[in-house]
Amino acid sequence: MVLTTQKGPRAIALNGDEAVALAAKQCDVDVVAAYPITPQTIIVERFSEYVHDGEVDTEFICTESEHSALTCCLAAAAVGARTFTATASAGLALMHEILYVTSGCRAPVVMAVANRALSAPINIHCDHSDSMVERDSGWIQIYSENSQEAYDSIIQAFRIAEHQELSLPTMVGLDGFFLSHTLENVSVLPDETVRKFVGQRQIPLVKNHEGKFVPYKLDPENPITIGPLDLHDYYFEHKRQQEEAMRKALGIIRKVHDEYAEVSGRRYGNGLVDSYRLEDAELVTICLGSTAGTVKTVVDQLRAKGVKAGLLRIRTFRPLPVQEIIKALQHVKAIAVMDRSCSFGGSGGPVFHEIRHVLYDSNIHPHVVNYIYGLGGRDMSQLLVQKIYRDLARILETGKIDKSIKFIGLRE
Amino acid sequence: MRGKHPLSVTIIDLEKNKVKKLKEIRWHGRGGQGAWTASEILAKAAILEGKYIQSFPEFGPERMGAPVNSYTRISEEPINLHCSVYNPDIVVVLDPTLLKTVPVTKGLKENGALIVNTKVSPAEIRKKLDLKTGKVWTVPATEIAIRILGRPITNTAMIGAVARATHIVSLESIEKATNKRFPPNLAEKNIPIIKEAYKEARTG
Repeated sequence: MVLTTQKGPRAIALNGDEAVALAAKQCDVDVVAAYPITPQTIIVERFSEYVHDGEVDTEFICTESEHSALTCCLAAAAVGARTFTATASAGLALMHEILYVTSGCRAPVVMAVANRALSAPINIHCDHSDSMVERDSGWIQIYSENSQEAYDSIIQAFRIAEHQELSLPTMVGLDGFFLSHTLENVSVLPDETVRKFVGQRQIPLVKNHEGKFVPYKLDPENPITIGPLDLHDYYFEHKRQQEEAMRKALGIIRKVHDEYAEVSGRRYGNGLVDSYRLEDAELVTICLGSTAGTVKTVVDQLRAKGVKAGLLRIRTFRPLPVQEIIKALQHVKAIAVMDRSCSFGGSGGPVFHEIRHVLYDSNIHPHVVNYIYGLGGRDMSQLLVQKIYRDLARILETGKIDKSIKFIGLRE
Repeated sequence: MRGKHPLSVTIIDLEKNKVKKLKEIRWHGRGGQGAWTASEILAKAAILEGKYIQSFPEFGPERMGAPVNSYTRISEEPINLHCSVYNPDIVVVLDPTLLKTVPVTKGLKENGALIVNTKVSPAEIRKKLDLKTGKVWTVPATEIAIRILGRPITNTAMIGAVARATHIVSLESIEKATNKRFPPNLAEKNIPIIKEAYKEARTG
């Protein structure tokens, strides 16, 4: 329960971590379980201060590992609690096993991931390697462009995860350091507005062993089993149901995003993809996260020169909004897909795989190239983004692609 | 589809297309001197004036005494950029010993401002760094801090000098942001430091 109140929407200076912690506080979370030290971020530190200062009525569990943290969240969610946790990098990797258990149990845990590199060599900086590893884990994945969006997305995430038709765990990514440690303007909603928007946690009804409909939670009054042995007789059907729920999530993410826009006045495209100057664009970059902001700035510079440049930011990466991607790219002639992670030995980065695959069956066949960038926090400057657009222009001019997968912004 | 694309013949001029009214500030200090805190207070002062801000550290390993950078962006319009600062409008040097070891003027815009904590004159700094363009301001921040605070902590003094040299934010807003950032006993010592540095900063 949130015990403090703030008056009116206003812009304050918050870093991404603080913005996420504040959003979780306003969402009236029952249980937060987290591992408190490296690679943990300020998110949990700030939330523990709320607990200490009596600003929230949340059960805060300091665990001995991220594996245990997510296990606690899963268990708390299974008894009907609203749960939240945060992690990054190796912490998310250590959760790997339980990520699947959480989504398989349909436990609507919300988690913030400050996207950071995986070791070795040891590195604490931004890239998307940590969450890309988990793209198949059955979690909804939303990537934020700035701290404002990280705040807004956490609030939306509770409504999405806990939606009766979904009950799917949801991950909100914010780029490590570029967002997590950067102070920005964040417009904050009043506690009451957020509380009203997220409401009480909704629990779907399921048929129990007697054929009676009971709430899907562990409750001695209405006993059910969650996550039991499920071999070749039904496991496959349950996995198919998860996939169905993911497909259904596309519409619900949009709907929640629309409702939130009415409350906050803020939109991120349609909640699934966010287009920038794409209407008549010929040369387009596709990326996730904070880099999109830098690309927007370059797109503006290029447009001022008469270049038909545009950007498509994938906000919801899981489930992948296939139709929205195809629709957004109808007039595009050359595409650069930017990946802040590397699928070693694969054919390009994970975002590239998706985009080129999606286009294969579509009615459009633009040139598509891949740029692996920014691993371990390497900066993606305006000059590098300009270089990408210049490469695209050359591809369009000559009709030739010299190399479809390139690394950019590194010594070679 | 064929034919020359505008980009193939044009080299983009970053300067001309720069985000309107965006000012980028690079702070040079040593680990423990509070360069990030300075960047944060300036940003928070600007947000009080309804401006858009960013404040971030270099994101390197922070070691006491080692050269560190931090950055502030201030704009009248929303800031989309999420990359490092390469061509600052303003460079602030918290520790004069850095002038020997760190290329503090690197990337500084031609019409930019260099603001240094030092007892020597702006003309001498200009000569020492072989700097022919822009503005140079100096302020004896270490002396001011020792006089008022009793310790050589120069970050707040340098915020005062930045306000004087650039008028990027008002002294009043800095005062408000400082009061919010520090506990009362520290704020009441730092505000006179800021005002004194504002007064003593000089250019030439």
